[in-house]
Amino acid sequence: MAKRLDIKDLNLFYGKFHAVENVSLAVPPKNVTAFIGPSGCGKSTVLRSLNRMHEVAPGARVEGKVLLDGEDIYTSTVDPVEVRRTIGMVFQRPNPFPTMSIRDNVVAGLRLAGLKDKKKLDEVAERSLRGANLWNEVKDRLDKPGGGLSGGQQQRLCIARAIAVQPDVLLMDEPCSALDPISTLAIEDLITELKKEYTIVIVTHNMQQAARVSDQTAFFNLLGVGQPGQLIEVDDTEKIFSNPGQKATEDYISGRFG
Amino acid sequence: MSTNLADPQRLATPPTFQKVSTSRQIKNGLATALVWGAFLIAIIPLVWVLYTVIQRGFPVILDGDWWQKSMSGLLARQQGGGAYHAIYGTLVQGLVCAVISVPIGIMIAIYLVEYGGRSKLAKSTTFMVDILTGVPSIVAALFVYTVWITTFGLGRSALAVSLALVLLMVPVIVRTTEEMLKIVPDELREASYALGIPKWKTIVKIVIPTALSGILTGIMLALARVMGETAPVLVLAAYAPFINYNLFDGPMASLPLMMVNERNNPTQAGFERIWGAAITLVVLITLFNLLATVISRALAPKTK
Repeated sequence: MAKRLDIKDLNLFYGKFHAVENVSLAVPPKNVTAFIGPSGCGKSTVLRSLNRMHEVAPGARVEGKVLLDGEDIYTSTVDPVEVRRTIGMVFQRPNPFPTMSIRDNVVAGLRLAGLKDKKKLDEVAERSLRGANLWNEVKDRLDKPGGGLSGGQQQRLCIARAIAVQPDVLLMDEPCSALDPISTLAIEDLITELKKEYTIVIVTHNMQQAARVSDQTAFFNLLGVGQPGQLIEVDDTEKIFSNPGQKATEDYISGRFG
Repeated sequence: MSTNLADPQRLATPPTFQKVSTSRQIKNGLATALVWGAFLIAIIPLVWVLYTVIQRGFPVILDGDWWQKSMSGLLARQQGGGAYHAIYGTLVQGLVCAVISVPIGIMIAIYLVEYGGRSKLAKSTTFMVDILTGVPSIVAALFVYTVWITTFGLGRSALAVSLALVLLMVPVIVRTTEEMLKIVPDELREASYALGIPKWKTIVKIVIPTALSGILTGIMLALARVMGETAPVLVLAAYAPFINYNLFDGPMASLPLMMVNERNNPTQAGFERIWGAAITLVVLITLFNLLATVISRALAPKTK
């Protein structure tokens, strides 16, 4: 549980378009790393390359290394399916499976991997929903469809679904951008709790959120339209928001940018 | 800007909302009349056909014998007998056709949406399916006749009819399934991949169940369409007034074929049988459509 990630000289492409250039970054275990930066700077692309979701897009290509506790997830012998089982992901828009009940949504990963023991599945469902701070709200309607929950509840359901398979790392791609402030607060509290057990990487457009939940922050930027995105700097969150090393970072976080 | 109500300038400006101008009213009336007119022109023949079929056919199918007996041993002018042999033929030919078409059609659609992408094979498959969609049923029937009967030397049979129907049903199923799979959001596929679920399992357990209600509706509509096809049964199966359970050999009746056959019967009995067979076919197809609606309601993703 909770492994470290080391990104080395990562270059990401969509077909001929060079999307992200030379990213090197260490993500320590049991720690929240936030990716911030303007739209189109490639932070989501980097995030998606961390569990090999980048290559799902047609023509997408990866160069460089991503090491999970020293093991390169891009070695040719590694099965992307295994990587995704180890490194979970929560998306921008809540996406529960519409044909499944709340319980089935939570245990979908395990059930589709072949686990059939109903008692075990029920245990996992309860543990994961408790872990996602959703249990008390849904315990009386586990058999109802997941699509009937509110947006914030659906997102916590998706987090429960992601932690049900007990990943080592949890990636979150703007998990609160479609949610109201109260649901956002619930998710942020949850992230702080999940940090005790998981390594978390979160992409966010909300700088207050990055300041509130993360331990270290990476700032991405792009030099111009059509240019690849770059990692400008990465440091402790406190330092980035009080005394950043680069002018570009300071401009961005103080709102003098775009 | 001043918001003083007593401001004379403000009082002088015309009110914001005015009466609808006459020209707009005329245009609106004209458009309304056109839309209603088109609706009536479309609905009149429909109601007329339904009325004729029900008025002439309904008394025939009220007889219990209609659903249980064949025409075996009856003279043309004799009253009585039933359409059991033709109902059996229509259902079994449609069913065999569906059993062959559904897996082929669904698998082609899965290939096109999930695997083919913009590859040459996918493009040419789509092109072929488009062409097949436009093939008239008589051409499909003659093609099967050429291959099945002339080339392979096999006899006319219900199976040959089913094969011709397959040619007509597959493109419809491919098209509807393709559309249904396309509207399954990619986010669901990504959510599934991110849980470490392999692609094939994502398709089988997430994508298809999400699209299932639409796929089933498409299958039922395609089935309803092929059950009414007349050309293949005319070309590929001879009419039998008796019950033939054998799919592989011998003449077998079906409802369209029974109607064609009874057209040569100038007596009152023949007249009644034509309309009886017609309304039976309409009833069967309506039942299939109702079944499709019920099933797709039951399977559709719910939020409550």
